[in-house]
Amino acid sequence: MNGMHDLGGKEGFGPVRYTPNAPVFHAPWEVRANALYSLAVKHGVYNMDEYRYAIERMEPRHYLSASYYERSLTSLASLCVEKGLVSRVELERRAGGVFPLARPAVAGRANQPERERFVAGDLVRVRSDHVSGHVRMPGYIRGQIGRVVSESPPYPFPDAHAHGIDAQTEPTYDIQFDSVDLWPDAAEPAKVHVAVFQSYLERASGR
Amino acid sequence: MHVSTESPTGERIASVENRLAAIESVLEDHAMHPAAFVDTFNQWATEEWLPENGARVVAKAWSEPDFRLRLLANGIAAIRELGLSMPAHHRHLVALENTATVHNVICCTLCSCTAFTVIGLPPDWYKDLEYRARVVRESRSVLREMGLELAPHIEIRVWDTTADTRYMVLPERPPGTEGWSQEQLTALVTKEGMIGVAKV
Repeated sequence: MNGMHDLGGKEGFGPVRYTPNAPVFHAPWEVRANALYSLAVKHGVYNMDEYRYAIERMEPRHYLSASYYERSLTSLASLCVEKGLVSRVELERRAGGVFPLARPAVAGRANQPERERFVAGDLVRVRSDHVSGHVRMPGYIRGQIGRVVSESPPYPFPDAHAHGIDAQTEPTYDIQFDSVDLWPDAAEPAKVHVAVFQSYLERASGR
Repeated sequence: MHVSTESPTGERIASVENRLAAIESVLEDHAMHPAAFVDTFNQWATEEWLPENGARVVAKAWSEPDFRLRLLANGIAAIRELGLSMPAHHRHLVALENTATVHNVICCTLCSCTAFTVIGLPPDWYKDLEYRARVVRESRSVLREMGLELAPHIEIRVWDTTADTRYMVLPERPPGTEGWSQEQLTALVTKEGMIGVAKV
């Protein structure tokens, strides 16, 4: 989905708030939030693609204002409600107040039926798909041409896997893009490498 | 830190601690034993998933040319030689070698994926909006702001972790460390160096 989480290339942000040796956690509840969302994965309540998608479905103002581990907590709770482990009313009763959850899921999609195998050096174009469900294609590469660097082992197709529909595994490709192609006259020169699922790619003709 | 403590309809939003306690009680209801797992997880996070793991990998690659080649060819197989592993869904580890003319830096623009069992859990700034938004588009400025000035002739390669392949940067071995032991070299390597926002 073209959501608030898809941050690559967004403008208006200031300097990275960086300190060397920065902490991973700032409070004990953050460790617990991280532990509990992974515990639910271990118990098969949901998979990592469903987890990521529930974060992406957070109301945009909530997404931007929430800390990283509040997003984890929101995804965990949303999926527990959606999967029927607890009702929202009961959850809010136990929390003693409003419990903001992710917005509803929409339909997912299956793998592209016709997928091509690529080899290093191939020129490929990222399909100009606008996907309302979960997708692991950052918006900044949509429709762009890049070069295949290598192939990674197959993974379940996230656009299906996040929606509980049959997800075939497929390879991902390390695709090298040029930042000045992605944002003409508006980027600093660099190579940008993105791991791109096979279903998002088609062979680029010409050039 | 949170912009609002009220919902759009004016009701009071429960604190994150209370929300977390509520969901923990739900997992308890379903016999997942959350309290015990929090202790286990905390132990992994503070004692096992440490940047020292990746630092040992880097030191070995600097010291043993054959290991360096094995690491660059198949990261997961190579780290197993040091007794390290990755979660089952991380099926591929790619080591990105910095040279005199190429500098690599990793990020995750869509969420905050990292090879956490090797380089440690991601630091706060890595998960923050600024780094995720800016590093793919203004890498040289972002690195400069973070204290890493790269000469203009050095090509920057930014790696966006958008699938389940994981990355670690293999930094350049610092000059003046000839003859150092792997233990001495390990102590030089930082999480920042393996993300690619600092030199070693």
